[in-house]
Amino acid sequence: MFGLDKKHTNLLLLVAALTMLAPFILNPFPEGSGMAQFNAGYPDLMQRFVIFGIFAIGFNILFGLTGYLSFGHAAFLGVGSYAAMWMMKLLTMNVIPAIAVSIVVAGLFSLLVGWISLRRSGIYFSILTLAFAQMSYALAYSVLTPITGGETGLQPKLQDPRILDGALEAGASPRANLFGLEMTSSFEWSVGSWLFTFNVGYYVAAVAMLLSFYMAIRIFNSPFGMMLRAIKSNQQRMNYTGLNSKPYTLAAFVVSGMYAGLAGGLMVAMDTQVGAERMFWTASGEVVLMTILGGAGTLIGPVLGAGMIKYMENIMSKINETILHQWFAFLPDGIENLLVAMVYPFIGKGWHLTLGLIFMLVVIFLPGGLVEGGQRIARLFKRKKPSSDTPDGKTTPAE
Amino acid sequence: MSKTNLTRRGLIKTGAVAGAAGLTLPTYLRADGHSGFTNAPTGSTVTLGFNVPQSGPYADEGADELRAYELAVEHLNGGGDGGLMNTFSSKALQGNGILGKKVEYVTGDTQTKSDAARASARSMIEKDGAVMITGGSSSGVAVAVQALCQEAGVIFMAGLTHSNDTTGKDKKANGFRHFFNSYMSGAALAPILANNYGTERKAYHLTADYNWGYTTEEAVRNSTEAMGWETVAAVKTPLTQTDFSSYIAPVLQSGADVLVLNHYGGNMVNSLTNAVQFGLREKQVNGKNFEIVVPLYSRLMAKGAGANVKGIFGSTNWHWSLQDEGSKAFVQSFGTKYGFPPSQAAHTCYVQALLYADAVERAGSFNPCAVGEALSDFQFDGMGNGPTLYRGEDHQCFKDVLVVKGKENPTSEFDLLEIVEITPVSQVTYDASIFGGELGACNPGA
Amino acid sequence: MEAIILQILNGLDKGSAYALIALGLTLIFGTLGVVNFAHGALFMIGAFCAVTLSRLLQLSHTVIDDSQTDFLGNPLKVEVPYLYDIFGQSTGDAIIDWAVPISILFAIPVMIAIGVAMERGLIKHFYKRPHADQILVTFGLAIVLQEIIKYYYGANPIPTPAPDAFRGSFDFGAALGFDPNVIIYPYWRLVYFAFAALIIGGVFAFLQFTTFGMVVRAGMADRETVQLLGINIDKRFTLMFGLAAAVAGLAGVMYTPINSPNYHMGMDFLVLSFVVVVVGGMGSLPGAVLAGFLLGILESFASMREVLEFLPGLNQIIIYLVAIIILLTRPRGLMGRKGVMEE
Repeated sequence: MFGLDKKHTNLLLLVAALTMLAPFILNPFPEGSGMAQFNAGYPDLMQRFVIFGIFAIGFNILFGLTGYLSFGHAAFLGVGSYAAMWMMKLLTMNVIPAIAVSIVVAGLFSLLVGWISLRRSGIYFSILTLAFAQMSYALAYSVLTPITGGETGLQPKLQDPRILDGALEAGASPRANLFGLEMTSSFEWSVGSWLFTFNVGYYVAAVAMLLSFYMAIRIFNSPFGMMLRAIKSNQQRMNYTGLNSKPYTLAAFVVSGMYAGLAGGLMVAMDTQVGAERMFWTASGEVVLMTILGGAGTLIGPVLGAGMIKYMENIMSKINETILHQWFAFLPDGIENLLVAMVYPFIGKGWHLTLGLIFMLVVIFLPGGLVEGGQRIARLFKRKKPSSDTPDGKTTPAE
Repeated sequence: MSKTNLTRRGLIKTGAVAGAAGLTLPTYLRADGHSGFTNAPTGSTVTLGFNVPQSGPYADEGADELRAYELAVEHLNGGGDGGLMNTFSSKALQGNGILGKKVEYVTGDTQTKSDAARASARSMIEKDGAVMITGGSSSGVAVAVQALCQEAGVIFMAGLTHSNDTTGKDKKANGFRHFFNSYMSGAALAPILANNYGTERKAYHLTADYNWGYTTEEAVRNSTEAMGWETVAAVKTPLTQTDFSSYIAPVLQSGADVLVLNHYGGNMVNSLTNAVQFGLREKQVNGKNFEIVVPLYSRLMAKGAGANVKGIFGSTNWHWSLQDEGSKAFVQSFGTKYGFPPSQAAHTCYVQALLYADAVERAGSFNPCAVGEALSDFQFDGMGNGPTLYRGEDHQCFKDVLVVKGKENPTSEFDLLEIVEITPVSQVTYDASIFGGELGACNPGA
Repeated sequence: MEAIILQILNGLDKGSAYALIALGLTLIFGTLGVVNFAHGALFMIGAFCAVTLSRLLQLSHTVIDDSQTDFLGNPLKVEVPYLYDIFGQSTGDAIIDWAVPISILFAIPVMIAIGVAMERGLIKHFYKRPHADQILVTFGLAIVLQEIIKYYYGANPIPTPAPDAFRGSFDFGAALGFDPNVIIYPYWRLVYFAFAALIIGGVFAFLQFTTFGMVVRAGMADRETVQLLGINIDKRFTLMFGLAAAVAGLAGVMYTPINSPNYHMGMDFLVLSFVVVVVGGMGSLPGAVLAGFLLGILESFASMREVLEFLPGLNQIIIYLVAIIILLTRPRGLMGRKGVMEE
């Protein structure tokens, strides 16, 4: 189906089912219960899961296949975001032109950066991409303030031209929409004490993610993908056989830059704001970590890694001391305070600490990332028929 | 489907009351089940969102803000000694929550990044049903979250944000700021500087290269030049700079005799430390003692710079050594609970929380439009800054501004600044139209 | 003219800090082939060694002073350091005043211990793993280390001044015959420069003139052959890691009076130090030092207002711009060896 073999069709269908049913899957706990804290099924976080999933899938096309480690991918995301925001300010609040332009602009920018940076390999390449991203960030934050808004970033304003849109009704503010369907509007369904939110923006982003994922599968299985893997395993030998590897790596770089641009455009479409921090080196580092954490070179890994990091950032950071005391309130005071004192450094404002520990544990014990963890569990259940096939078409994570 | 719907808590509670244990039919929220504004509290509690930096360089400032909010919640719910509720000129608050609903709160981490701050604020609105968002310690975050609250239809009570933009070119009808701004700092500082250092001074500005730096430099330049000072040079420094030696070394050569550091946070701590290290303050230029000025002070920054702040002028929104009834009450209640005096960030956040609660009481509704109306042109006293006006045109508070100076002989690690002058509000008031921007109409959301 | 001299001086000073941090990083890169993202954290821990020692020296007991009141109107509690009780107030003050230089003695064993523990406990298992894994694990470690520091010391910078004897600045201008007050430079920064030069020279001498250093250099060039010769190179590499950690830590200790240390100072330096190392060329110690000074001097020139008037924003990007230009004209940085970290 869709030009894929059975294994990959199943994987695609599984991912499609997971994203479409995410509002249920991510909200397993009833409202008002103590565990509701861990629900992630609200629009903002669901949107972030899929957007950063796209970003990581794209990054993985470059890093996972060719082995080129870019440390400046956040710049493409940021440039895409700025482009999308300007489309919304000048042309229309409809997200289609904004997203289209963000992909094109990020693609062009990554063509430029890639054309220069790919003259070098290894760590020299990484530092070149880092240098471009840091320059973009520094300039966007300071001297380019008239274009980028600098510190305060850009938001749609009432007085923006928006030449394709009609005048707003009095008191209304400009909102991102898809032919009138607003990204922020939701449809809610309560079942008993559960509440499920189906957000328009999320489904727009989720469809984009599925298309990106499908594209990634096609790239992974195409002759082009094989060529990229060949570059990773032994570029020298490839060059000796008379093949010029540069066009292939450059193409991979631009494709992954366009993925980043798409993610940037979607971020603006979901939440109409863009700031320069989006391009800081830590943001570039984050997508590297997402990819390795999930499992570089695998199809589903980067998406898992992105989900994991965003979940930590948004859910763990919100648990404060009061909530902890509520959790342990059934225990005697002394034990309650002791437990709170023991757990507190790792959650809430200490969420970074937990994140750091997880990075270390995963990379020490699961060299292939979360995907390897999944494979080990799967193997545990399949022990009866030991075979060489890897589940769900996940390729073994090569370095 | 053309309206935003962010109400969750409201619905689930009505849904639960309806009692149908099985499936209820899917409902479009717009059609029914809401009270005309986002996250209308329906049960016996109301949820506020405290969005402060808990990681990153401003984490300590965020921690102090959070302490203030927790204290405010305690007082609003009738606990503690009541704090500023006793001295506040409006007596609408009863100590029984807000409109009889017990105040609950959720917290989040802004990381001092606009993306993270918006993500955190959105989760408070979408997941936790917060009806008001407050906090933050930078203008980038304040402007970003304010725009979000405008779109989502909740009230934003800004925390520490000093840029003119927050209530200037980026002002929003749903956003309110109690903290002062760059313009006021400049206007308050200039006369004191002229009194102490004379009117024949040559100033050299080092300015943080982003919006807040620009507005602060402009404000200080304009107001000191009006006093007769000359600006020799203004050099922009990158936000990510940590060592300012190459910017400070040429200062003496330029013939300047005052150095103005338009820096905040880590930048300010480092640039001031470096400037003092160069021995600038022991030098004589043009027959005058060389001086350093820091337009915006905070106690945490003063603590970071240590002994280097001694004798250096700056401005601040509030300081715990103020002797009016409101300030004394707040210091007493905060100090008793936490063991040390509150910072200006804690003060502004506490006051913002109380002002919001009071406005809801007076409006009789949590509807952002009603609350906004109650806050606009609201005059009050007893909150530590003297008589204060929440101006309706730009939602900016107008009150006295403190000019402070680094203390020569501090008695404790919190006793770092002394008040030099309380500049009356009339000197720092400006016309609301000078910074541009459009307030727009209030947005109640759903 | 004066301005130029001043910025060269400044660049040398900045460059010495960069070179010192890059030196430690490149020792690990070059000898062990490990991308150590926790190197900035080691620098930060060094700085907090100074903070810790200065806190230890100031350990106090409280005395109630009825003549003064605190902010709540209670009698003031005055903190009296134990050192006062032992040595009397003036000697006690002098010891506290010299906390930063004293910390050097404290930091060396601590940092070597941390370095060796890190190598034996963690890094050792990552020699054969891909660089991406090394990045993830050391980055995770860096976060953990800095969060631990933040938990105990808070996020705010902690002032750690230099001894009073080093306050103020030296007037080069007057010494060289220019107008006074034109070319001045703080004493402590001059001390830092001399200290950095000493450490850099020491590391080079150690590698160049000792048998231990010779073996390590041989190991850097060809690890397998050295092992085939029956030399236990692993043990030496462990010690090299300890040495690199000590260099980073000392750079941190001496840096504390220049900028008040805070928990994220390591991250602030991390990217910069990688750029310095790579511009210098992978696997080359002299390259790292040279690149440190080069970038320090260029950064100083880019911050001159005469330059910024023509090219606003140049100070924001200079380091990266120079890095790009150098890497495009010299494929392996200034002095890089072929084949190191190029795959």
